Amino acid sequence: MWLFQLLNSAFAHANSDTFMPPAATEIASHVDQIYVFLLWSSLISFVLLIGGMIWFVIKYKRRTASDKTAYITHNHTLEFLWSFIPFCIFIFSFAWGWIVFHQMRSMPENALEIHVVAKKWDWRFIYKNGREIVAGVDDQGNKTPATMVVPMGRPVKLIMASEKVNPASNEDPKDRPVLHSFFVPAFRTKQDIVPGRYTTLWFQATELGTFNVFCAEYCGDGHYAMRAAIKVVKPEEYEEWLSGEAAGAGGGLSLAEQGKQLYLSRACVGCHSLNGSAGAGPTWKGIFGHDVATNKGTVKVDENYIRESILEPNAQVVSGFQGGVMPSYSGQLKEEEINALIEFIKTVK
Amino acid sequence: MAKNTPDTHAHDHGHGHGAGHNYLNHEKGLWSWLTSLDHKRIGIMYFITVMLFFLVGGLAALTIRTELFSANRLVDGQTTGAVVTASQYTRLMTYHGAIMVFLVIIPGIPAFLGNFFLPLQIGAKDVAFPRLNLLSWYCLLGGAGLAVASMFYGGADTGWTFYTPYSISLSKAVVLLVSGAFVGGFSSILTGLNFVATVHKLRAPGMTMNRIPLFVWALYSTAILQVLATPVLAITLLLIAMENVFQIGFFDPALGGDPVLFQHFFWFYSHPAVYIMILPAFGVISELIAAFSRKTIFGYTAIAYSSIAIAAVSFFVWGHHMFVSGQSEIAGVVFSAITMLVGVPTAIKVFNWVATLHKASINLASPMLYAMGFMFLFTIGGVTGIFLATTALDTHFHDTYFVVAHFHYVMVGGTLMAIMGGIYYWFPKMFGKMVNEVMAQASFFFIFVGFNVTFFPQFVLGAKGMPRRYYDYLPVFEPLNRMSTIGSYMIGTGFVIALIAVIHALLSKQEPVGDNPWGAKTLEWTTTSPPPHDNFEKTPIVTAGPYEYR
Ligand code: HEC
Ligand SMILES: [Cu+2]
Ligand SMILES: [Cu+2]
Repeated sequence: MWLFQLLNSAFAHANSDTFMPPAATEIASHVDQIYVFLLWSSLISFVLLIGGMIWFVIKYKRRTASDKTAYITHNHTLEFLWSFIPFCIFIFSFAWGWIVFHQMRSMPENALEIHVVAKKWDWRFIYKNGREIVAGVDDQGNKTPATMVVPMGRPVKLIMASEKVNPASNEDPKDRPVLHSFFVPAFRTKQDIVPGRYTTLWFQATELGTFNVFCAEYCGDGHYAMRAAIKVVKPEEYEEWLSGEAAGAGGGLSLAEQGKQLYLSRACVGCHSLNGSAGAGPTWKGIFGHDVATNKGTVKVDENYIRESILEPNAQVVSGFQGGVMPSYSGQLKEEEINALIEFIKTVK
Repeated sequence: MAKNTPDTHAHDHGHGHGAGHNYLNHEKGLWSWLTSLDHKRIGIMYFITVMLFFLVGGLAALTIRTELFSANRLVDGQTTGAVVTASQYTRLMTYHGAIMVFLVIIPGIPAFLGNFFLPLQIGAKDVAFPRLNLLSWYCLLGGAGLAVASMFYGGADTGWTFYTPYSISLSKAVVLLVSGAFVGGFSSILTGLNFVATVHKLRAPGMTMNRIPLFVWALYSTAILQVLATPVLAITLLLIAMENVFQIGFFDPALGGDPVLFQHFFWFYSHPAVYIMILPAFGVISELIAAFSRKTIFGYTAIAYSSIAIAAVSFFVWGHHMFVSGQSEIAGVVFSAITMLVGVPTAIKVFNWVATLHKASINLASPMLYAMGFMFLFTIGGVTGIFLATTALDTHFHDTYFVVAHFHYVMVGGTLMAIMGGIYYWFPKMFGKMVNEVMAQASFFFIFVGFNVTFFPQFVLGAKGMPRRYYDYLPVFEPLNRMSTIGSYMIGTGFVIALIAVIHALLSKQEPVGDNPWGAKTLEWTTTSPPPHDNFEKTPIVTAGPYEYR
């Protein structure tokens, strides 16, 4: 560990001229340090190798048609060295990469959660208070990317889903959700968005400014135009922005409040209680984040589990309850409605 | 069986000793070619078809680069800078990739140079199953036919990777293109099968496994991969076709499938396929280095066995294409580690080649220039592979132009350079004539310089965050894209010169080149140029290794 810390500081100032975009998170600068390390090792190996080749070619250029050459078949020391040294560099790079990758993949507790919904070819960002950000159009008629506003210095976790192009249509296969990928070069992070489940990604911005978001997984003709932005602002500014003009389909209600309405209007209330008593279905009290026993073993109740329970109730049946009782809501709830229900369940403590 | 053709058309094929009876004039007419069981003729048929596909794939590439020359801008309601529409672009990109991978790079060395020279290099009369060999050529042709047919149904726009669920949309074009790759895949399987059998069964007396040339070793390792990996691709493609036609859910969550499962299947083939594409190139380079430095290869055993090692390990690294696909962290880490391991034998090879040059007698003729170009470009391709194998770095580079640059350095800078070097090297053996050296060097110059001008900027674009498969980009990326486009025109020029050089050589009247114009030691140079129908007058008896330059 100390070794990597040492290297971190050694390469800390080296990332000014390395073709990378400015680093706007701490992890981004860790990534750049690995990058700079590999850049130098590559450059040195390349110069040694190709320089050696060119030098030999000049030095041993054929002089006569009957030149004699040395008959050298192998040399164990040399061969050991040039296997072992690259091996060490490779493994070193692997290990360092793992450490940073692990940081990227370990979701922080208490992060600010924002829902991301991707479709061909747009992004939508939905905040817990119900605020929804979509792409707009400027005076000249050019599309302006959807801009997510986040506070500097606070971990942000994105819960991402891919949705149908036209939520109303169920027929056209071309409308079905496809893969996308959320890519923020300035944060050096990227995560595919896979239809049928949630994937997550987190970052903690350390610089103010507006940063590009690209779709990095090919998704058709409009893939190139599937852009968004992340605007990092001071925490105070963020609070102000968040409580500002209410927008979105939720009519000013927070996601959890919308979820509660759905709970009542979509009849979940008929089978699921909020107070701990079991009905036709298990209670929702305190389930989020806890383990639950099912016929497929014990699982942790997280976003993906709830999503699955709503869309395919029989995939994992809670112990003590009957499969086939809960109807599937597949095709009947929009992405944001599922999000709202999840947010509501999270609040039932 | 070898019936002598009358000398009346000897003037077609030069004069003198070697020019009498050979495989080219053994039989006459188009039909005799289309039904030929001679591995040399089949090799030449592959040569012609692969070059045609290369032309098509190359034109697609140049159109792509032309589109990317400028960022598209809206000026007074009119878009400027666009040459094709977005949906034409996505199709061009798909066919460029699919054609270059399945119809050019994969068959390029094994089916063309390998077919021609593997039997010659081990002193055999032909491959083990000549009929299968011919069938494999028709499979490739059938695959190409289906690919062409798919263009008439609107064209596929999935990219050559056919990622689901995008590729599951009832599209006839996708079904046809996927079937094309399926049928073409059998060409690869049959060739592999043939080579494994040939190497085991048909070596000349005295040609032990430790005496077979490194080109044969490379083809042998490749053949194992072809036989073991390609069927997985075939099944996967079949599943996609079925899912499209019958809407059975394998990979589309809307039908109850798993899209990430497709990626596992696909890369389980397509990573080994990377080595199907590059191992034969290693073989060619070994031959070129030995012949043009007139020296025994340093570390013959290391090179030979590292091919097998690479082939084996390459089956366990596929997940490095999927670090951000949603696969678990631990899977990503394991795949990253194994990928690093595969880097070692690859590095060893390059060191061995450079070491061979030490105390050598180096002839800088065009094939050797290509070999040096190969090492230059392949080394860049290789070291950037380590960047991509490092999980944290790949999270940034994945699906950006960095990856595009990396695999072009490996596949084009590696395999294509080797094919070109191999063509110039073996041309006198295949046709009994020399390619004009000035033209050959000019083509090398344009391809090599153009290649770096095209693809080096793409590393930078990728690092800066430009994703791949983009029809248009932010204006900040424009200067580097312009440079890249100019480079691609240089590459195009280089290949046109190469084509002219080859045609010029075929049509020219030349003094016979003799059996062994380069003074090489492998067996193909002991027979006449072009070789007779049966390869050797007498079956050769082998008493020493392949590179006995003493
Ligand atoms: C007809 C009764 C019924 C209705 C209506 C119903 N459910 Fe259920 N639900 C069940 C039953 C029974 C189970 C337990 C068996 C299982 O896991 O499938 C369950 C399980 C669940 C679980 C997993 C709970 C756990 O503790 O693991 C979730 C989440 C859930 N339902 C959400 C919903 C939502 C959201 C709605 C409304 C949109 C809803 N259900 C409507 C009967 C119902
Ligand atoms: Cu996309
Ligand atoms: Cu791979």
